[in-house]
Amino acid sequence: MTSQVSSPAEQADSAEQPGFSPPDTGDEPSRLAGQRGSAPRSDGKEVRRLDRVIIRFAGDSGDGMQLTGDRFTSETASFGNDLSTLPNFPAEIRAPAGTLPGVSSFQLHFADHDILTPGDAPNVLVAMNPAALKANLGDLPRGAEIIVNTDEFTKRPMAKVGYDTSPLEDGSLDAYSVHPVPLTTLTLEALKEFGLPRKEAERSKNMFALGLLSWMYHRPTENTEAFLRRKFAGKPQIAEANVAAFRAGWNFGETTEDFAVSYEVAPATAAFPPGSYRNISGNLALAYGLIAAGQQADLPLYLGSYPITPASDILHELSKHKNFGVRTFQAEDEIAGIGAALGAAFGGALAVTTTSGPGVALKSETIGLAVSLELPLLVVDIQRGGPSTGLPTKTEQADLLQAMYGRNGEAPVPVVAPKTPADCFAAALDAARIALAYRTPVFLLSDGYLANGSEPWRIPEPDELPDLRVQFATTPNHTLADGTEVFWPYKRDPHTLARPWAVPGTPGLEHRIGGIEKQDGTGNISYDPANHDHMVRTRQAKIDNITVPDTEVDDPSGQARTLILGWGSTYGPITAAVRRVRNQGHHVAQAHLRHLNPFPRNLGEVLRRYDTVVVPEMNLGQLATLLRARYLVDIHSHTQVSGMPFKAEQLATVIEEAIDV
Amino acid sequence: MSEALKLVPKADTRQSMKDFKSDQEVRWCPGCGDYAILAAVQGFMPDLGVARENIVFVSGIGCSSRFPYYMNTYGMHSIHGRAPAIATGLATSRRDLSVWVVTGDGDALSIGGNHLIHALRRNVNLKILLFNNRIYGLTKGQYSPTSELGKITKSTPMGSLDAPFNPVSLALGAEASFVARTIDSDRKHLTQVLRAAADHPGTALVEIYQNCNIYNDNAFEALKDRDQAQEAVIRLEHGQPIRFGTDLSKGVVRNAATGDLEVVDVTPETESRILVHDAHAASPTTAFALSRLADPQTLHRTPIGVLRDVERPVYDTLMADQLETAVEQKGKGDLSALLAGNDTWTVVG
Repeated sequence: MTSQVSSPAEQADSAEQPGFSPPDTGDEPSRLAGQRGSAPRSDGKEVRRLDRVIIRFAGDSGDGMQLTGDRFTSETASFGNDLSTLPNFPAEIRAPAGTLPGVSSFQLHFADHDILTPGDAPNVLVAMNPAALKANLGDLPRGAEIIVNTDEFTKRPMAKVGYDTSPLEDGSLDAYSVHPVPLTTLTLEALKEFGLPRKEAERSKNMFALGLLSWMYHRPTENTEAFLRRKFAGKPQIAEANVAAFRAGWNFGETTEDFAVSYEVAPATAAFPPGSYRNISGNLALAYGLIAAGQQADLPLYLGSYPITPASDILHELSKHKNFGVRTFQAEDEIAGIGAALGAAFGGALAVTTTSGPGVALKSETIGLAVSLELPLLVVDIQRGGPSTGLPTKTEQADLLQAMYGRNGEAPVPVVAPKTPADCFAAALDAARIALAYRTPVFLLSDGYLANGSEPWRIPEPDELPDLRVQFATTPNHTLADGTEVFWPYKRDPHTLARPWAVPGTPGLEHRIGGIEKQDGTGNISYDPANHDHMVRTRQAKIDNITVPDTEVDDPSGQARTLILGWGSTYGPITAAVRRVRNQGHHVAQAHLRHLNPFPRNLGEVLRRYDTVVVPEMNLGQLATLLRARYLVDIHSHTQVSGMPFKAEQLATVIEEAIDV
Repeated sequence: MSEALKLVPKADTRQSMKDFKSDQEVRWCPGCGDYAILAAVQGFMPDLGVARENIVFVSGIGCSSRFPYYMNTYGMHSIHGRAPAIATGLATSRRDLSVWVVTGDGDALSIGGNHLIHALRRNVNLKILLFNNRIYGLTKGQYSPTSELGKITKSTPMGSLDAPFNPVSLALGAEASFVARTIDSDRKHLTQVLRAAADHPGTALVEIYQNCNIYNDNAFEALKDRDQAQEAVIRLEHGQPIRFGTDLSKGVVRNAATGDLEVVDVTPETESRILVHDAHAASPTTAFALSRLADPQTLHRTPIGVLRDVERPVYDTLMADQLETAVEQKGKGDLSALLAGNDTWTVVG
C-alpha cells in the first residue's frame, strides 16, 4: 500500500519540508495529506498518522451515498476534526441505474488543522459501481486509493459505461492503489441470518462501506449505530441489519490482509476556539438563523414558500419547529409564497420566503411591492445553475444582478451573502436585522454549495446573539395644522429613514398602503412629479444609508499590491488559494464581501489601494460589473460557471499570474 | 357572535357608517356600480360590530381594487391577482383580524385565478368580494374572463373567442365552503349576503354583479329591469322552494333521468317536485347545478343568494392547532437546545 498522497509533486513538497508548518496554513499542497508518523494498532496492523484526508464516496443515485457521506461526516465532526464537505448529485431522483449521469457522490475533507474547502482532489475514492469509477477517476491524483465494489464489475454494468475490459484487470488503474472488495457479497453474507429479501439486504452495502472506512480512519461508531436505530425506529429488523452491515464492514477492515494500514487524523484542537461544536450544513444553519432571528426579534416567524431545489430543506426544517411559534405555509406557487409572507409582514410577523433563482424571477413583482410598502421581508435565494431550470442541484453565483436589479422601476433591495455553510446562521440574523430596522425586503444570497456542504460550527450562546427587537407604532405620529393628532404611515425615522410599522389591530392608526406611488408622509396616493422624484430618491437613500461594517482586508505582510476580493461561497477556495500563494512567498491581500448592497463605506478606498484587484466569481463577472460601475476601478474578473465550486489550486494559479503581471 | 369572528375584538361602542369612510376622495367614474357596493359595505360594517382597527381590506389591481383606500380600516392595495395570497398570509398569522379581499373578474379569475382557487380549497378565513363587471375597466375596455362569447371590445374587434368562466361554478369546483352571488344595485340583498359571508368560518366567495357604465353599461340589465328581472332572477333562500317568475309561477325541479336541474311551470303536479334550497347540503352537486341554470349570454335564470354555506375545517385554525400541539408534545421552543442538536463536542481552551 502506498501512503496517502495527492500527487508525486505534493509528496515531494512534504518530503522537502517535513517540519514546515506555518501557523496560518490551510489547504496548501505542502501539507496535502502529509504523514505525521506511524505506530502499530491493537489489532497488530500499522497505523499511520495523517494531517488530512479527502475521501469521496461515489455510487448510483440509489446507493445511499449522500447518507453514507453524512454519517462519515458526523463521525468525523464528533471526533473533533475540522472538515468541509461537497455533496454532488444529479437532479433526477433515480437516474437510470448504472449510468454516468446517475452517479451521486459525496466528498469530505477532514484534518487535524483548520481547513477551508472540501479539497480539490480525493485521496480515497469509494466506487460502488463501474459508473462511479469512470465518472470520478479523472479527479483522482496518481497514487490515490480506490476501494471498488467488485461485485458490480460484471459485463453489463461495465458495458453500460463503455468499459470493454475490466479496469480492475486491464492495468488501467496501475497508477492507483486499488482495493477490490466484493461489497455486495460480503454484505449479503453478513446479513444472512436476518432472512431479508436479497434486494433489501443489498441496500445495506453502503453501511458496509461506511464501516470499512470508519475502521480505516479510526472514526467513532456509536453515533452511527444510534442514528440507524433512530432512522429505522419503525422497522427494527432493518435497523439491526444496517448496524450488522456497518459492523461487518469494520470487522472486514480489521481482519482482511488487503487493508494492512489504517490512518489516524488527530482532532483539530488548535483550529478551534474553545466552545461547544457541532457539524452543520448551510441550509440547516440558515433555518436556525431564521428561528433565532424570530426569537431575538420577539416576533413570530412566518415562512411562505414553494418547494424548489436546493432551497426546500429550509422549508422542511422550519416546518419541524412549530413549537417556536414558526408558521410554515406551502403555497400554490412562488408568487403566493412571497405574497403570504408579505401579508404576514403587514400583520407584524418576521416574514420569510425561500427559493432559488427561477423562483426569484416569479417573485420579482412582489419584491417590488415590498419595496414600495416598506415592510420587512427576507427573500432567501439558494442560487443554482441557470438560466431557466439550469442545473438545479449544482451551485452558481449568477443571481447577484437579479437580486440587485431584477425589478421594474428603481427598487433597491439590500443584499447579504453568507461565506461558509456555518456562516449562513449569522448571515440570516444580519439580513433580519436590516429588514426589521429599515423596513425593507432583504436578499439573502446563499447557493447550492453552501446549502448542502457542511462544516463544524461553534454553537453560540443565546446571549451572544444580537437584539433584534422592534417597536411597533402605537400612537399618532403627526399633528395637523388644526391640532388634530394623526398617523402618517410614511413619516420616517430621521436617521434610518424607516417608516413606522403599525400593525392591524392598533386602534387609531388605521391606514392604507399600496403599490401606487405615495405622498411622502401621509402615504396617500400621489401622482405629483416632484413627490415621485423625492420618493424614489428617498427609498434609494434609505438603502444606501444602511449601516454595514467596513471591509476588513487581510494582508499580513502589508506589502501586497494585489487584492483578491470575493463574495459569498467562494470564501473557502479563495482563502485556501491565498494561503498557498503566501506560502510560496508572495504578498497578496484578501477581502470578502458579506454586503453587496449597500457596499461597505470603505470599499472604494480599499479597491484603489491596490494595483490589481482580482474578483473570482461563479458567474460571468457580476460583482466585477458592479464594482467597475460604482468605483471606476479596473477589475481582473476571473470566472467559472461549471456548477462546481472553485478549486484552490486553480485559483492559486490565477492569483500568481495576477501578481506576476 | 359567529364562529368566524370569535377571536376578533368587538367595538367598544357602536360604530357608524361615517366611521368607516376614509378621508380619501372616491375616484371611480360617476355612475359606477362600485359606489353602491362601497356604501353597502360601509353601511354594513357597524352592524358587524367588529372593532374597526381589526378589519383589513386587501385588494389586487383594477377599478374595484381601489376599494381599500376608501375604507377607514387597515388596508393594502397590492398587485394584480395576488390579494388572496397576501390576505392568506395575514389571516393565517393573525386570527384576531377580519380580513376581506376585494377583487374583480380580471384580477381574481384571469391573472390571479390560481390564488383564488387555492384560497378556496384551503378554506382560509377570508371574505372575498369579487366585483364582476364582465369587462376590463382600468385598462379601458378589453374583454374579461367572464365576458360573454363573441364580445366585441377593443382587443376583440371581431368578437372574443373564449368561453367565459362562471365564477360560482368555478368556486364550487374549487371546494369553496361558501359561495354567494348578489347584485350591486340591490342594497338589501347585498347586505344580507355580506352578513352571511362575514359569519361564515372559512373562505367566503361573494360574486357581486357590478355595472361598468363606461365600458360595459347595462351588462346586468336583464337582472335589474323591472319587466325582465322577475323572469331572469332566481332568488335563493335556504329552506325555501326555488321559485321565480311572475307570481312565482316557475320552479326548479330535478330531472329524474339525468339528475340535472330544469325549470318548469308550477302546476299542482309539479309543485311537490320543486326543489327546496339547501345551502348547507354536504354535497356541492345541487349548488353546482343551480349555478349552471343561468344562460351566460342573456343571464336569464340567474340564481342569486347563498348557493353554498357549509362548515369544514378552517386552515388558520388547523395551522394554529398544530402550533399548540407542537408545544404540547415538545414543550415551548428552547433555542439553546435547538442549536446544540444531538451530536456536539467540546473544545477546551
